[in-house]
Amino acid sequence: MRGITKGYLIKRLTMLVLTVWLGLTLMFIIPRLAPGDPVAAMVSRLSAQAGRVEQSEQMIQAWQERFGLDAPMYVQYFRYLGNSFRFRLGYSMAYFPTTVEEMVMRAMPWTLGLLTIATLMSFTVGIAIGALIGWRPTPRVVRTLLPVSLCFTSIPPFMLGILLIYVFAFGFRVLPFAGAYARGVSPAFSWAFVSSVIQHGTLPAAAVVLTSMGHWALGMRAMMITNAGEDYMVLAQAKGLRPGRVFWMYGVRNAILPQVTALALSIGVIAGGSIIVEYIFTYPGMGYLLYQGIVNNDYPLIQGVVFVLICGVAVAVFIIDLLYPFIDPRITYERG
Amino acid sequence: MKEVDLSIHQDTPPPRRPRDYAWLNGKLIAGAALLLAVLLFVLLGRLFWDVTLARVASCPLNLPPVGFDAPGPGFEPSQSAHPLGTESSGRDMLALLITGTPNSLLIGIIAAAIGIVVGTMLGMTAGFLGGWVDAVIRICSDAVITIPSLAVLIVISSYVSEIDIKSMGLLLALFAWPGATRVIRAQVLSLRERGYVQMARLSGASTPEILICELLPNLLPFLAATFTASVSGNILAATGLEALGLGPSRVPTLGMTIFYAIRGAAILRGMWWWWGLPILMLMIIFIGLFLIAIGLDELVNPRLRSGGDA
Repeated sequence: MRGITKGYLIKRLTMLVLTVWLGLTLMFIIPRLAPGDPVAAMVSRLSAQAGRVEQSEQMIQAWQERFGLDAPMYVQYFRYLGNSFRFRLGYSMAYFPTTVEEMVMRAMPWTLGLLTIATLMSFTVGIAIGALIGWRPTPRVVRTLLPVSLCFTSIPPFMLGILLIYVFAFGFRVLPFAGAYARGVSPAFSWAFVSSVIQHGTLPAAAVVLTSMGHWALGMRAMMITNAGEDYMVLAQAKGLRPGRVFWMYGVRNAILPQVTALALSIGVIAGGSIIVEYIFTYPGMGYLLYQGIVNNDYPLIQGVVFVLICGVAVAVFIIDLLYPFIDPRITYERG
Repeated sequence: MKEVDLSIHQDTPPPRRPRDYAWLNGKLIAGAALLLAVLLFVLLGRLFWDVTLARVASCPLNLPPVGFDAPGPGFEPSQSAHPLGTESSGRDMLALLITGTPNSLLIGIIAAAIGIVVGTMLGMTAGFLGGWVDAVIRICSDAVITIPSLAVLIVISSYVSEIDIKSMGLLLALFAWPGATRVIRAQVLSLRERGYVQMARLSGASTPEILICELLPNLLPFLAATFTASVSGNILAATGLEALGLGPSRVPTLGMTIFYAIRGAAILRGMWWWWGLPILMLMIIFIGLFLIAIGLDELVNPRLRSGGDA
C-alpha cells in the first residue's frame, strides 16, 4: 500500500472545491435567467411580510447585505460566494431572529446519522447479495432466492416510504412514522431515547436501503461474472487455493473496486432521494427543513440547506476518493 | 476481395449465432410490454374516458374504487361512474391517471433526450480527442455528477413561480448529460484503438467522419441503455419535485397527485387509492424501463446473459 500521493490529494481537493463552486454558481445564475426577476419578487414578498414581522428593517438590511441587491451582478456573485464559503447563510425569513446556520446545525445530525447508516447498510448488503449471485459455486437455491430481495430496486425511495407508512404505521401500527423520537422522551444518552430513535429511524432507513441496494448487487454481480473469466481466477483455482480464499481475495476483492467508484458517484442521488423520504416521514433532518423552507417561501433557508447538502455530498465523495488508493493501490500509479 | 467473401457465404450459410437471437431477450420484451401497456392505457383512456373529470370539483368527493369498501365512516360507497374512485377536491382518479401519465413520461423523455445528445457529443469529443479537452470535459462531468441535483433543482424551481412541462424537462436536462458523457467516453476510449477505426483513419477519413460513420453505430446499444436509465432517473427527479409541490401546476402529473394526497393526509385517512394508484402507475413505468435497461445491458455484454454460468 503506497498511500496517497501529494498530486492525488491536490487533484481530489480541486474536485471538491470545483463541485461546491459549480453548485453555488448554478443556484446563483439560473434563477436570474428565469423571466420575472426572482430577486425583485423576493423583496416584494419580504416587504409584504414586513408588516407582521418585528425588526423587519434589520431583516431587509441583512438580506440586502447578503445579496447586495443594489450592486452590479459580478459584485453580488462574489459576495454570495464569499458569504457561502465563510458559512454565513443569513437569517431565516420565516423564523426571523434564527440564523440559517443554527437551523441547519440542529437538523444536520439527524440526516447525517440516517444517511450514513442507511448508505453503509445498503452498500454492504447489496455487495454481499451481488457477490453471492455472481459466484458460480453458490448453491442454486440461494442464487434463485436472493434476487427476490432486489424487487424494490428502481422504485423511488419516497414511494416505498409511503407504502411502508401505510403497511407498518397505519395498517399494523407496529412502527412510528413521524419525527425522530417519541414526544415524551427527552434527548439524552439513555436507553429510552436511543431505542426511540432506532424505532423512528427504521422505516425511513428501510425505504432508502431497500430501494438502493439492488444497484450495488447488480453491479457486483456483473463484475463477479466478468472476473470469473480472468486468468488469475483460473490460476488461483488451478493452484488449489481454498474456494473461500478464491471467493474473497480474488473474486470479491477485485469486483468491489468499481462499486466503490459507483458509490462515490451516486451519493448525490441518494442524498437527493432522502430529502423527499424525510419529508414523507417528517423526519427532522435537512430534507424536512428544506420542505419547510419551500412551504414558507424562506429563500435563505432553502439556499442554505442546499449549500450544506452540496458540501456534505462533496466531502463524502472526497473521503471515498481518499480511501480509494488504499483499497486499489494501482490508482496512485496513474499520472499524478 | 468482395467476390471471395460472397462465395464463402453462399457455400456455407453462417450458423445462427446466439447474437442473432439476442434481441429476443426476455427482460427486454417484458419491459417493452409493460411500457406498451401504459401507452395503450393512456391512448384508449383518451378515446373512451372523459378526461375533463381530472378538473377540480367535477365529481363527488372521496369515493373509493369500485369493489372496495369505504375505509371508514364518513365515506360514501363507490360509484360505477368513477371506477377508480375520486379524491378530496373532486377529481376522478382514472381521468387523473390518463392525463397525468403522459405528462410525467414526457418530462422524462425531454430531459433524457437533451441529456443524451449533449452527453454523446461531449463524450465522443472527450474520448476521441483526448488531451486537455478530455480533461476539462471529464472534470466538469464528474463535478456535476457529484452535485445532489435534486437539491439544486429544488432551489431553482422554488424561485420560478410557474413552470410548464417543457421548461421542466429543460431544467432536468441540466443534470442529465454527465452520465451519458461518462458512458460514451469510456466506450469511445476502448473503440478507438480497434482495427476498423485505425483503418478509417489511415484511409484519410476526417475526425467527424470517423466519429459518425464508424463509432456512432457501435455505440447505439450503449446509447439505448443509457437513454432508458436516464428517462427513468429524470421521471424520478420530476416526480420528486412535483411531490414537493414544485412541479407544473396547470396540468396534472402523477407527482402532483401524490403531493395533494400527502397534503390531504390521504395515508392516515386510509384513502390508499389516492396515492396508491399514481404510485402503481409510476412503478409500472420504472420497472418497465429498468427491465429494458438490464436487457440492453445483457445484449451489449453477453457474459451477463447466462446468469453466472458463463
